[in-house]
Amino acid sequence: MEGQSLSRQDDGLEQLVQFCLDEAKRQGATSAEASIDIEQGLSVTARLGDVETLEKHNGRRLGITIYVDHRKGASSTTDFELVSVRDAVTAACNIAKFTEQDECSGLADPDKMATEVMDLGLDCPWPLTPDEAVEIAIECENSARAYEAISNSEGASVNSGRDTHIYGNSHGFIGSYAATRHSLSCAVIAEQDGAMQRDYWYTTSRDPKRLQSATEVGDRAAQRTIRRLGARKIATQTTPVIFEAGMARSLLAHFVSAVSGGALYRKASFLLDHLNKKVFSELVTLTEDPHAKGGLASSVFDMEGVATRARTLVEDGVLQGYILGSYSARKLGMQTTGNAGGIHNLTLHPGEQTLDELMSGMQRGLLVTELIGHGVNGVTGDYSRGAVGYWIENGEIQFPVEEITVAGNLKDIFQKIIAIGSDTDARSSIITPSLLIDEMTVAGN
Amino acid sequence: MENSLELAQETILTPSGLDENHLMDAFSVLLDSAADSGDIYFQLRKHEAWSLEDGIVKDASHNISQGVGIRAIKVEKSGFAYSDEIVLPALLESCKAARAIARGGQGGSVQSWKLSTGNQLYPAQNPLDTISEEDKVDLLRQLDSQARKQDSRVKQVMLSLAGSHEMILVANSDGQLAADIRPLVRLYVSVIAEHKGRLEQGSAGGGGRVGYDFFNEEDRGPSYVREAVRMALLNLEAVDAPAGTMNVVLGPGWPGVLLHEAVGHGLEGDFTYKGTSVFSGRIGERVASKGITVVDDGTLENRRGSLNIDDEGTASQYNVLIEDGILKGFMQDRLSAKLSKTAPTGNGRRESFAHLPMPRMTNTYMLAGEHDPQEILESVDTGFYAVNFGGGQVDITSGKFVFSASEAYLIEKGKVTRPVKGATLIGDGPDVLTKVSMIGNDLKLDDGVGTCGKEGQSVPVGVGQPTLRVDGLTVGGTAS
Repeated sequence: MEGQSLSRQDDGLEQLVQFCLDEAKRQGATSAEASIDIEQGLSVTARLGDVETLEKHNGRRLGITIYVDHRKGASSTTDFELVSVRDAVTAACNIAKFTEQDECSGLADPDKMATEVMDLGLDCPWPLTPDEAVEIAIECENSARAYEAISNSEGASVNSGRDTHIYGNSHGFIGSYAATRHSLSCAVIAEQDGAMQRDYWYTTSRDPKRLQSATEVGDRAAQRTIRRLGARKIATQTTPVIFEAGMARSLLAHFVSAVSGGALYRKASFLLDHLNKKVFSELVTLTEDPHAKGGLASSVFDMEGVATRARTLVEDGVLQGYILGSYSARKLGMQTTGNAGGIHNLTLHPGEQTLDELMSGMQRGLLVTELIGHGVNGVTGDYSRGAVGYWIENGEIQFPVEEITVAGNLKDIFQKIIAIGSDTDARSSIITPSLLIDEMTVAGN
Repeated sequence: MENSLELAQETILTPSGLDENHLMDAFSVLLDSAADSGDIYFQLRKHEAWSLEDGIVKDASHNISQGVGIRAIKVEKSGFAYSDEIVLPALLESCKAARAIARGGQGGSVQSWKLSTGNQLYPAQNPLDTISEEDKVDLLRQLDSQARKQDSRVKQVMLSLAGSHEMILVANSDGQLAADIRPLVRLYVSVIAEHKGRLEQGSAGGGGRVGYDFFNEEDRGPSYVREAVRMALLNLEAVDAPAGTMNVVLGPGWPGVLLHEAVGHGLEGDFTYKGTSVFSGRIGERVASKGITVVDDGTLENRRGSLNIDDEGTASQYNVLIEDGILKGFMQDRLSAKLSKTAPTGNGRRESFAHLPMPRMTNTYMLAGEHDPQEILESVDTGFYAVNFGGGQVDITSGKFVFSASEAYLIEKGKVTRPVKGATLIGDGPDVLTKVSMIGNDLKLDDGVGTCGKEGQSVPVGVGQPTLRVDGLTVGGTAS
């Protein structure tokens, strides 16, 4: 392990990480880990046909965690002068004089460290001048505003950023990578009979060539907004519900929280002790692919330097594993799954049906296209959120719906997934198509 | 204030070899285009967090962030750049990047500085040093043991103690120079209780712009623990919440998140200027029942949402938003005020030097009415009584908002009966306050743990209200 380096980056920053580790050792740490994150980027917003904001991003942060006999201390600084970095190490060491011994704390085990360098296609800079970014944003907003029903706009934004991450620890591991992320979004407003509606659309990718076009994003934003005009409440009832792909993602995010180590060892999860049990309907298979080329959550190693690997998390509805970093793994008497920092491209295997086919299969029910609020209890799985969407009869959209809630218990909701769409939305670390839930409670009039 | 300014200059500028003349040089660069105004915002923030779980203080961190954010404004356009390095070359570089928003035109400059004054609402102290590290650890351990002693059903106790010491210095192209030193502390307790295989959680906390001693005074720390345990145990008994539209009684204090979501965000000056808020252009109209007065008040002493000056150097104010049911005013930062041809209201806030300021709330609350809270409950035949809430969210364009109850009961024949599980309540912002039929005499502010998010930026805020009866809100439970 000694001296191993997964370098794809500037040596100056790796040297600074090494300086932290050496300094920690000098100040009495038994073990230490340090990371540097550099963020560079450009964002512009255009509104009503002209540039509104132009922002240049240029941020950085150095974090260090030290252990002295299983006592932990951590600190961070944005000041990279050596004297300030040394002070940060001292601050972390001071803290460890007061924290208490925790046998589970410490670095990930040395044999878990990543050893292979792979090009995951994450670094795709966009040579974009501010003027060009403004032009794209204006083109995007213009195509939305070209719709007659669009009366106002929150604007269109172009974001382009590149983050550099360097991580090292006292096992001798040091690794780094750079990853770009670009996006284009548009939000517009339509008005009818004195009532306004707003909706949006966005595209995001590591690679600018894989973004949707400015006109496509603008068109989608306008169409999604206009179809919300005339929204009304519906009666309180139990009904089938389709979560459009972007919203289905949030259901899976609640699953991810529930099978993450932190929630499990704290007993703060509605899926305690569910390993090898059926947690979803048998239609659901979830895989994690950390090495997906250009994936938004792809990475060779996690936040502890642990090698990531592909796996099946849920097979035919049955939970195959948890989402663990080394600390929570030790608390649970298990092994880290390389998920310190989160899940890597969790993918729900798509079905055969388009969203239209899901609707016609449902015949009568609710299509949810936006959720608001935080009404999810991670301990019990109780779920109650504000929703916007469409009422479906005879398999077709009848009218837009608003000011309602959808409620149930997540354990139950997961089992009641009776159809899975083919319309995969890959704009996140969680990649999923639309889902049809057999029955939920809708509260309205 | 003057002391704060001197201290901020000595702490932020002097070590970097900067002084007021360098700021003038920076403005000469920033305004050397058609930019009509601009500001330079220095920030130094020290933050720490201590956490306990499984009976031990296992985690703590100390974080320092510092930097300078620079903005150039040309009518409605803003150019923005920032740097973590507070040195002259980086400062001038950021000025050049920010001014790219405006082109050509005459160069401007700042000739002299005038000091703006603000309020004096909290001590210019570093709260991190107000008690020793040993005492921080002791405080957490004592509270942990108290929680476990309170009831054997308590299975997990998580405590966090956090403090920050923030120093800001802001200079603008009108020659105004202002500084603020802001302490902020927070203690939060979360417990999980288990009974007959059922797990439930409860949480509580508090804080403000004070030192850590705050938690040892007036039994505050122990009271948060008792509250968190009480709530977890109560939830063990809770039945499914009802679904449908019904009469709702909201308790005093934190349920004021209703105001924050239902009207607060929609009255922020950037939205109202752009016409994207459902409240745009409605000043002078009735938006609430008679008797309802809602204010945003940045001037409360030691409150989490209070500010001596906002992040643009404007002194915080007591702003009446709704008076006796009539919409009176919006919350403005300098830019939204200028575009709306009105005055800034001390609501220009930003998460950090790396973010652009925008109009944000401070402490938003409704003034007390005349009804006894008991009388309000007794007036409801069948309904929903919500006394505590988690967060909320609003669509400012359609006006629809939600907020989620974390402690609630059924009202049956004027009596509070069974506890029910948490549920989201949904309503229409411009409409909901017109459905308030009774206002309690028991105005209470929240305990000081609120954080508001807008466009990706988080800032500390406060809310408050008296007990309210709302005739017809949709409750999003599961029981028919």
